[in-house]
Amino acid sequence: MSAIRTVVRGAQRRRVSTIVIIMATAMAVTATVLAGLLLAASSAPFANAFAQQHGAHLTAIFDAAKTTKDQAAATAGQAEQTAGPYPVTTVTATPQGAPPGPGGPQLKVVGRADPGGDAIDKVTLLAGRWARAAGEIVVARGDVRIPTGIVLRLEDGSTLTVVGEARSISQTAQAWVTPDQAVALGQTGWQMLYRYADASSETAMTAHEAALGAGAQTQSWLDVRNDAAHRTQLFVPLLSAFGLIGLALAALVIGNVTAGTVASATRRIGVMKALGLTPAQVVRACLVQALIPGLIGAVLGIVAGDLLAIPLTADVADLFGTVPMSVTPWVDAAAIVAAILLIAATAAPAAWRAARLRTVDALAVGRAPHSGRGRVAARLAARTRLPRPVSLGLAQPFTRPARLLAILLTVGLGTAAATFAIGLASSLREIQAAAEKPDTSADVLVMPMDDRDLRPIVAATPGTGRYYGRGPADIAVDGLREPARGTITSGDARWAGYEMLDGQWYTGPGEAVVNTAFLTATGKKIGDTVTGAGHEPLTLVGEVFDGSANNHLYTDQASVPAGVVRGFEWYVELTPGTGRDTYIAALRSQNVAAEATGSEGLDGTLILLDSLTALLTALLVSVAALGVLNAVVLDSRDRVHDIGVHKSVGMTPRQTAVMVIASVGVPGLLGGVLGVPAGYLLHRWAVPAMAHGAGIRLPQSTIEVYGAILLAALTLAGLVLAAGGALLPAGWAARTRTAVALRTE
Amino acid sequence: MTPAAKGALAADARCGRASLASLTMIDVADVSRRYDGGQAALDHLSLHVAEGECLALLGPSGSGKSTLLNLIAGLDRPTEGTVTVGGTRVDRLSEAAAARYRRATIGLVFQFFNLIDDLTVTDNVLLPAQIAGRPATQSRRRAAELLETLGIDRHAGAYPGRLSGGERQRVAVARALMNRPPLLLADEPTGALDTASGAEVRKLLVDLHADGQTIVLVTHDEVLAATVATRTVRLVDGQVAGA
Repeated sequence: MSAIRTVVRGAQRRRVSTIVIIMATAMAVTATVLAGLLLAASSAPFANAFAQQHGAHLTAIFDAAKTTKDQAAATAGQAEQTAGPYPVTTVTATPQGAPPGPGGPQLKVVGRADPGGDAIDKVTLLAGRWARAAGEIVVARGDVRIPTGIVLRLEDGSTLTVVGEARSISQTAQAWVTPDQAVALGQTGWQMLYRYADASSETAMTAHEAALGAGAQTQSWLDVRNDAAHRTQLFVPLLSAFGLIGLALAALVIGNVTAGTVASATRRIGVMKALGLTPAQVVRACLVQALIPGLIGAVLGIVAGDLLAIPLTADVADLFGTVPMSVTPWVDAAAIVAAILLIAATAAPAAWRAARLRTVDALAVGRAPHSGRGRVAARLAARTRLPRPVSLGLAQPFTRPARLLAILLTVGLGTAAATFAIGLASSLREIQAAAEKPDTSADVLVMPMDDRDLRPIVAATPGTGRYYGRGPADIAVDGLREPARGTITSGDARWAGYEMLDGQWYTGPGEAVVNTAFLTATGKKIGDTVTGAGHEPLTLVGEVFDGSANNHLYTDQASVPAGVVRGFEWYVELTPGTGRDTYIAALRSQNVAAEATGSEGLDGTLILLDSLTALLTALLVSVAALGVLNAVVLDSRDRVHDIGVHKSVGMTPRQTAVMVIASVGVPGLLGGVLGVPAGYLLHRWAVPAMAHGAGIRLPQSTIEVYGAILLAALTLAGLVLAAGGALLPAGWAARTRTAVALRTE
Repeated sequence: MTPAAKGALAADARCGRASLASLTMIDVADVSRRYDGGQAALDHLSLHVAEGECLALLGPSGSGKSTLLNLIAGLDRPTEGTVTVGGTRVDRLSEAAAARYRRATIGLVFQFFNLIDDLTVTDNVLLPAQIAGRPATQSRRRAAELLETLGIDRHAGAYPGRLSGGERQRVAVARALMNRPPLLLADEPTGALDTASGAEVRKLLVDLHADGQTIVLVTHDEVLAATVATRTVRLVDGQVAGA
């Protein structure tokens, strides 16, 4: 055992490389934990959160004017498990300080004494605390966030202070107050929550709803789940892609680190074999030497992973509209076991090779002539006109093809992750821009305020160029249960900027364009005709992108009966030289509401996705850089004697650093060349897959977001990543004392 | 008269110019070198070497010979004292300046050759010139001349691993002379060679010195010292024990 200890002590003496091994393993395990969590969070997020909260299969509200509390409570017998009755009311609340007038959010408020005290719908508190007294309210976190501390003013002038944010996966309320407060706000109903033994089908749920009677307003968990599915399916491919890249990168880094560790102990093993170490002891020593720093790194990685998981899972939960996953012990355990198995699997062949190595050969490591690999590269590099330190560095990795391959793959995966992330962010911006374009392509928006027809006013105002009117209407369509959402235009709306996915914009009455969801829901295709009550048959001449998963139909005013649209908004493009403010002032002087059009800025989901993507990309690129760093440290250590020789014949520290950095030039560039297409293809797959999950189709402009310059820059980013990873070892090599390096074997 | 003494006399005759030289090439003044606060490898040692001189440093293992050579080459720094070579205070040089000093002033020959195994003989010899940024055509011509002079031009495209010890040491000497350094430092140049190869290298050093090359060589080999050196200095425990 003492012999094994002697071999293992080598690791303690090589402090720098051991620290790098620990760091690389730690970061790789952190990436594994986070990747595992991402994959776990992306797998059936609604089902997991629903199970975690013990969600309600059915939510029913009974009218308080017709149903007593006892009557509501008596329905408990129909279900396996129930909660309630809770007092319910609806309030219109405006944040204090906002301008007076209508438009504040209407909130369904439920009186609950405790978020998780009942058997069903254990609401998760995301921020602040639960409402304990009158005048306090907890709001459900949704697309629009009302942060803790905000005071909400109600229509009657009273106020409620937001003391917390919470999420009910069953969407049983938009806000919660104490039961007494709910009554004081003017209770309108009683809420009952039910769980059933059989709630898996529409038929079963319809039967349960019918059993409650016609007086109950009900919400089935199947509807909530379908809504959630649209939202989650959008992001599953994205997070899964990041998770898989993370796992691959972690495996690569750990494998490379371990193989390098064992290989570096070969000469020491030779000495110990000469002193009587048996092959079995060599294998054990190699495994122990690899496992000790690996295990330390794995434990640190688990801790870091669990800490980073807190903001990550919160972001993911907000994205999915679910509750944050708690740190899952099985992910931690799986990451540790996977790391140990990977270390053992990589170390074992290297250990076996070391054990079988003849003692004289093991002792000759560092003294015997090199294997001869990479000489062609060295010869070619020497013939170039590059400065000698650069050409020496460029040829260096070819002497160790396995390490060259490891660096190449590490850089490739890092570059692929960065390429994918940048493409994704660009696509999301393009999608938002395409969806907003009809609202931003005009210069001025003129809005209806009364029954006046605004067209003649717009037409007569000096500075008016092109213009068209747009208004909403419900359009009945045979084959659809609910009417389609209609957008009726007046005038030539071809310049409005709607992105066509197929066909063309309509040019006259009797024609319509629809979105993808409409085509999917009706089973129609371009060229087909749709019929419905209240309008003439409409020929579908185009498929338009509008970023919506609802059925949407666009047609001209002449295609629908007059009066379907109550008031048109007018979108005006100004003639060149007309000032927007002057034009708007001219309209306002005629008592017409007008405003400049403009983008609404990034929406909350985009910001969330941006931060999540940035976090994951930074992590993966850091892991890749650390992988490179580790490989270069091993390489520099192997070549320290050669570095000493170079210095002895006059190589300056700067030239030494250049040589070490240049040594990652070839794998860095090749990694970029391979990683960029990989990230590009991943993006080409993931973005349409995300859209498909959300039931929409995207314009090509939102998918083809990579310009030639961007791709070239990303390819060079592989080089930058590799050089970044090599910087530290280059500094160490530059500082190495020549005499010490020359003495090193 | 013993062969060694004969050799020494012959060397004296060849190195007559050196004994007359008045210009100081190396001035080591009151130099000490201690490692990690332990015992001194060199202990208040002073030494002068004149231009064109050939000095052999003799002494048992651990006497401080190689340490002194490293200090002169700028590979290491003294704990105390000064080292001046060709008017340059080597002990004060930064790492970068020391590298430039070695390029311009020093040629180093090691016991175990220290050739780069992945480079051909020619590329090894060219290395100091290329690192110094010398013109390629001129450097290639110089390398070819050196290989021819040293009798290893037939191995120009070979890799060091395929050469004999003597041939490798000649490649190392060629590399050391590539930048025409005024000072050649040789650390046990025959220490890893068989008798025949050792003799070849010995003759090579004698010829170099005959051409006016200043040489400091560290050796255990009394024959080498007697054959090549114009002066010998014996070190014991980091101090000059005798000349």
